[in-house]
Amino acid sequence: MSGENTDRTPVANADVCVVGAGPAGALVADRLAGDHEVVVLDAGPRFDPADRLDRQERAIRPSYDRPDVWDVGGERDAHSNAGEWFYPLNHARVKGIGGSTLHWQGMVMRLHEDDFASGTERGVGPDWPIDYADLRPYYAAAERELGVAGASDNPYAPPREEPHPMPAFEPSYSDSLFAEACEELEIDMHSVPNARNSETYDGRSACAGYGTCQPVCPAGAKYDATVHVDRAEETGATVIDRAPVQRLDHDADRVTAAVYATPDGEEHRQEADAFVVACGGVETPRLLLLSDSEEYPDGLANSSGAVGRFFMDHLFAGVGGTLDEPTRQNHVGFYTSACDQFYDEADEEIAPFKLEFLNYAGPSPVEEALTGDDWGDTLLARLRDGYGTHVAMGGLVEQLPQSDSYVGLDPDRTDDHGNPVPEIHWSVGDRALRTIERANEIQRSILEELGAEIEWVAGPDATGPAYHHMGTTRMSADPDAGVVDADCRTHDLDNCWIASSSVFPTSGAMNPTLTIAALALRVADDVERRL
Amino acid sequence: MQLTRRDATAALAAVGATGGVALAARREGDRSEDEGTLDEESVRASMVAVATVVYPSAVDGVETFVNRFLDGRLTGSTHADGLRTAVGELDDAARSWYGAPIPDLSESDRDRLLREIGADIAEADRDGTLAERVRYYVVNELLLALYASPTGGELVGLENPQGHPGGTESYQRGP
Repeated sequence: MSGENTDRTPVANADVCVVGAGPAGALVADRLAGDHEVVVLDAGPRFDPADRLDRQERAIRPSYDRPDVWDVGGERDAHSNAGEWFYPLNHARVKGIGGSTLHWQGMVMRLHEDDFASGTERGVGPDWPIDYADLRPYYAAAERELGVAGASDNPYAPPREEPHPMPAFEPSYSDSLFAEACEELEIDMHSVPNARNSETYDGRSACAGYGTCQPVCPAGAKYDATVHVDRAEETGATVIDRAPVQRLDHDADRVTAAVYATPDGEEHRQEADAFVVACGGVETPRLLLLSDSEEYPDGLANSSGAVGRFFMDHLFAGVGGTLDEPTRQNHVGFYTSACDQFYDEADEEIAPFKLEFLNYAGPSPVEEALTGDDWGDTLLARLRDGYGTHVAMGGLVEQLPQSDSYVGLDPDRTDDHGNPVPEIHWSVGDRALRTIERANEIQRSILEELGAEIEWVAGPDATGPAYHHMGTTRMSADPDAGVVDADCRTHDLDNCWIASSSVFPTSGAMNPTLTIAALALRVADDVERRL
Repeated sequence: MQLTRRDATAALAAVGATGGVALAARREGDRSEDEGTLDEESVRASMVAVATVVYPSAVDGVETFVNRFLDGRLTGSTHADGLRTAVGELDDAARSWYGAPIPDLSESDRDRLLREIGADIAEADRDGTLAERVRYYVVNELLLALYASPTGGELVGLENPQGHPGGTESYQRGP
């Protein structure tokens, strides 16, 4: 169901309409499809798995930009930037069946207990209306669904009730170099959970070592949401691709239909008893804003005024350099060791942050080979000179929600269907910038202990987003302070849920997808209860 | 270092058979049907001849490697069409400027031809100028095949180069 002649007409008597076929929408659909009539609408196409090697070639060849790999861009994905900081939105998302898990790195940590109570424990930001204990069983379920390779060697991780579904990936050779330096500095290293198969899991192969995890895994060993879309369809769900939802029709208390466009130029109305909006941290608030009405003049479900507000991402902090010995980088595209030791030292002044020991520092020889004006022996000499001794550390830093960081609608620009495009106003506060400096300080000390010659620092002036869109339909028990309640159901509309990182009141510093998945499973349970 | 058919097969496993452009139709009307057309054998011979220039002198077995790689690339895809056309136009230039087809030129003349075309400084672009297309379909095609293969990676010190599904053992091993 992906071509021009595909039947994209609405499903009669649908119980649940899910908007968005990324991980949140896919998990909700999969959970509910067995007992209910479920339809999933997605703005993007159904990608052919047979094309993945071609997409990998795009990732390697320098003549393609990152959005080209998954056909992002053009009028469909038009957007504007009007904030203090530039946000490269089309590098940060994929539209289509599977959503941004098609290009994600695949790191899946649980948030820490204090992340759910930032206001109480750290003195800044709102508390979540749920705590770690509420989400804990859903985290375990999400780890089973996605397939997570991990170990219980991290003394700083929140409590867990069972081992990870798969054993962790073994540490890398360069991890062993870092380990000596960290031991000297009394800094703890531990494994890191990957949504990537360390062994055959759920019918998918173990990691084949292509080394291009981000932006494409040709082996299918890295989890992506097509896994659950496929399963939902097998169970009976209907998935309609290339069907961008234009607006949500509604009355005062309920969403009545998702109005979507199809490639033939037609518009359709998908009615359902329940609606789950799962379009990510940018398109979710945009859809609500586009669905304004007399009842909701500032945007659907926006009585609080919080729709689009408090846009957050994680900030990258990193340091890299070279040693005078081989470091064996770029064999795989994921990292195998991390450090959460400093995470829970967070307070009003310093945000939580995590540290990563990278396995892909320095240039990838094959990518380097395709650039430059040399070839033959000269090229080989350049490649040998450029490869082999790099080391690098990365890290993610929490950004606090702030009112001047938000997603709105651009009044002057429309997309391919005539709808105002998202306008990103991204700004970052001093606490995050201070924390980047703190992370750099530790990273630099480790590299110096290693004896590295430091060549670059991604500090406050050179940081960038981790492509985790959060906060724009925040969760709150108070209808005046948030868009959704503790069950991720909108305060304004009885039959509308949001499954997305857009509901995060604060972001923590852990990659968000496992929390997205856990919340999605929890949403599915709540929808089930209320149907 | 000996390149093998297995290396070529590995390189194909890394990049597939359709060259990334099966996903998007080439711009219409960019070249005439018969301009720069070469028969299959000549395309292969020309690619092997260029490979001996752009590959380091340390590798042997170039002809077998390139031919095996092209077995998987010269299919009915738009990429194959673009490759044939670019090689054909490069061959036209060879005949016009040097009076002989690419395989008959000396290695130094082949090197000079590529540089005179501008393939050394051009940005690779499948829809671009002749220089940009030669960079994309000829020079980078051959370099991608080599350096995404295990033997090509080993030349640099990386036995599991990006694009090659070399498993999850080598990243754990020391030098």
